[in-house]
Amino acid sequence: MSAQAASTSLFLTINGEARAFAAPASVASLLDEMGLTGKRLAVERNGEIVPKGLHATTALATGDRLEIVVAVGGG
Amino acid sequence: MDDLLTIAGTSYASRLLVGTGKYKDFAQTREAIVASGAQIVTVAIRRTNIGQDPNTPSLLDALPPSEFTYLPNTAGCYSADDAVRTLRLARELLDDHRLVKLEVLGDPHTLFPNMPETLKAAATLVKEGFQVMVYCADDPIQAKMLEDIGCVAVMPLASLIGSGMGVLNPWNVQLVRDAVKVPVLLDAGVGTASDAAIAMELGCDGVLMNTAIALAQDPVRMAGAMKKGVEAGREAFLAGRMPKKFYTASPSSPTSGLIGS
Repeated sequence: MSAQAASTSLFLTINGEARAFAAPASVASLLDEMGLTGKRLAVERNGEIVPKGLHATTALATGDRLEIVVAVGGG
Repeated sequence: MDDLLTIAGTSYASRLLVGTGKYKDFAQTREAIVASGAQIVTVAIRRTNIGQDPNTPSLLDALPPSEFTYLPNTAGCYSADDAVRTLRLARELLDDHRLVKLEVLGDPHTLFPNMPETLKAAATLVKEGFQVMVYCADDPIQAKMLEDIGCVAVMPLASLIGSGMGVLNPWNVQLVRDAVKVPVLLDAGVGTASDAAIAMELGCDGVLMNTAIALAQDPVRMAGAMKKGVEAGREAFLAGRMPKKFYTASPSSPTSGLIGS
């Protein structure tokens, strides 16, 4: 991979899977790219909750570990 | 007077709480839950399926949070840390929702609660402002510890989760009932409507179940049966049963005036 490609890509771990996205990205732009905008979900970044109100202003960095969760049927 | 179940300051007409797992589809989930009359429904928190069509219907479409009180759980968590993390996500997901079901499991074979981790997680969650309903062992001492920590309801198991074995230790359930002032809800192990009635006759404030309804041959009909079982058991408890007489029979018909006497 070229130095330029490396500098413009973000390497993230999302729900345990390695994924690459174009930089720069925020939590909001990531959700948009994944087609999840407007869905009822919650995001944790490196073990800390990212509140909905901060999705747009929370910038992502290479190495970030994200969890994106939803409510499902359960007892 | 209405006989209401009050948990953390909110009153509910129904004493039956139900899970939303193991149903055929969301339509059946909804139909069964409506038939059960339940107002509080448990949900699990899981990673979103990356790559799945984002327009796939969701549980929240079938059971809008405006219609039901959600009780996010920590099913599948084996440590206090994982349980706390899961419920922080649930709180964010459900717009600062505080009422939660804590369960920290001990092993995948029995799904028995790990009580040291449960107590640890309960303390953290109460400190963070959660209203904690807690799955626990049928142990009056630890139930009291959970109450002292600030849990809003204790939920001992009747028998193993998903087993349908019914109330295996009614004596312990009564000891738990006598040990705490917060509501006691029997959680896990109910198999059929008489089990739910027994739980309520023992003085439990409510019953939480999932598999007994979802895996019945006719889940919607069983949901209705469970509603009646809980109501009948509650009424019988309030009515006060006759004392048991172990050594003496007592005829219900007059003993005098028999022909030929």
